[in-house]
Amino acid sequence: MFGGIEKAFYIAKKDLKEYYMKPGTISWGLIFPFVFSLAFMIRRGGMSVWLAPGMISLALFFGSTSMSAMAIVFERRIDSFERLLLFPISYVCIALGKSLSSFVLGIIALIPVLILAEIFTSTPPLNPLLLMVCVLLATFTSSTFGVLLSFLIKDPSQTMTIFNIVRFPMMFLSNVIIPVNTFPQILKIISLLMPLTYITEAIRYSYSGIYDIIPPYMSLSVTAILGILFLYLSSLVIKRNIP
Amino acid sequence: MLNLYFRGDDILENDNACVIVVEGLTKKYGDLVAVKEINFCVRQGEIFGFLGPNGAGKTSTVRMLCGLTKITSGKAKIYGYDVVQNHKNVKRIIGVVPESSNLYWDLTCLDNLLFCGEMFGVPREERLSRAIKLLKSFGLWDKRNVKFKNLSKGLKRRLTIAAALIHNPKILFMDEPTAGLDVFSKRMLWNKILKLKENGVTIFLTTHNVREAFEICDRIVIINKGRIVALGRPWELKRAFSPKGIVEAIFHPRNPKVEEISRLRGVIGVVEEKGLLKIITYDAVSVLEEIAKLAKSRRLDIYLLNVRGLDAEELFMKIVGDS
Ligand SMILES: Nc1ncnc2c1ncn2[C@@H]1O[C@H](COP(=O)(O)OP(=O)(O)OP(=O)(O)O)[C@@H](O)[C@H]1O
Ligand SMILES: [Mg+2]
Repeated sequence: MFGGIEKAFYIAKKDLKEYYMKPGTISWGLIFPFVFSLAFMIRRGGMSVWLAPGMISLALFFGSTSMSAMAIVFERRIDSFERLLLFPISYVCIALGKSLSSFVLGIIALIPVLILAEIFTSTPPLNPLLLMVCVLLATFTSSTFGVLLSFLIKDPSQTMTIFNIVRFPMMFLSNVIIPVNTFPQILKIISLLMPLTYITEAIRYSYSGIYDIIPPYMSLSVTAILGILFLYLSSLVIKRNIP
Repeated sequence: MLNLYFRGDDILENDNACVIVVEGLTKKYGDLVAVKEINFCVRQGEIFGFLGPNGAGKTSTVRMLCGLTKITSGKAKIYGYDVVQNHKNVKRIIGVVPESSNLYWDLTCLDNLLFCGEMFGVPREERLSRAIKLLKSFGLWDKRNVKFKNLSKGLKRRLTIAAALIHNPKILFMDEPTAGLDVFSKRMLWNKILKLKENGVTIFLTTHNVREAFEICDRIVIINKGRIVALGRPWELKRAFSPKGIVEAIFHPRNPKVEEISRLRGVIGVVEEKGLLKIITYDAVSVLEEIAKLAKSRRLDIYLLNVRGLDAEELFMKIVGDS
């Protein structure tokens, strides 16, 4: 068990060494969320208390998923991924290792946006400790989501396209930048199917004490459950992917 | 179909010295049967050669044993552990050189080895010293800080082999380790393999270097179209063909016609290569007598006369061809 966690750390360390400077990670993971937040802020003439948590969730989501796209899909394409199957570790350990490197990148991507929010919003976070817990949990779940998606992709050359086909609708439908309450009923239902909605609602509650559609105990617990569920599903998909 | 099994000394389960036991192992890719119900056992400390033409099913077999490919049916045990159910225990004791050199592109040679050491649970204080030793012994010390993707093909191969040894495995699987290696590196590798054997490591080797395999392997399997067509010690395989010796001859001042020789008693076939007659025979002794008679009647001198068995490659081609 602990041996497995230690090895997951080694995988994450290795991934970070290899991929944090890759164009795909930097452009989509780090630059995009920051520039997007900046642009949004400038257009709206400041960052509202409602928008700031959305931007935070966007940053950690793009940061972490971009890393998994690189570290998993690229490795699968060049056969290196198979090496992980030669080590005496479980499939969950592989999924965890890959999630941890995504996690680190999610946190890195989040920091500049957090600073923007800190500078440009009128009120500071309501509950910094809860916010921190939420952010860590949210980053974990978004990481395992990216890992699962990466293992599901069949054709690696389409990675960034597929990731963006998944990420952009989520960005608009998950209460990140457009309030779900302004949506027609059908879109509201769709937004409830998006993991990012729960992540964003949890962060928003801990940041500002408000929530739009999902009560905090619900958004927090769903985020946690999804994180573990995605991790477990990833391990199943890894096993299933063995030819 | 040839039957060159030496099953007498290959009793499967009862053989305590067997470290790999394979029974009825089958691999299908859709409708294609890549490996069909093969059985064999590999003994502790031997070099086990797994030969066959392209597409015979060698890689599929290795990959099934190492957990890189699902087993369609049948079972395989390594040191008593089922390779599917106990894959973690199996992976602890085996080292694998996959068919393609697939280490991490953006890690340096040293980092690649250290990472493998970490993943195999090599104690922290030993990782670096083992990695350094391997880099030196595979002639990669100068390249220790070069990224894997920037190595040449042969150097990539060498590092991939080194990486399989970082945890001192008890069994080493090598799928065409010599692919892309120059003559020097090949020699070095064959010597390393022999040295590993001296240290008690069991080696499972697939290769297209048939000659070398016949020299260094303790036992050899020949697989064709997913089935084992011969299994035995190299000399056993050779002996099975010994009646079919090859007579090489050169006459002076000129050779008789090929057709004429092919009519001699005991001859299967004749080819003439650059003035050298290669006569494949059922019975070398009677062919020698016939040749002596022929020379006498034609008043030809025999410039060269030589009898030999099939060499390893000819034998391999013969076995595969007959099957
Ligand atoms: N992933 C795969 N999907 C479909 N067919 C496959 C796959 N891998 C191998 N095969 C087929 O299975 C058969 C055996 O292939 P395998 O790679 O085991 O041969 P091999 O003996 O290693 O050949 P080589 O000497 O060329 O490496 C071949 O017909 C091959 O085309
Ligand atoms: Mg092969």
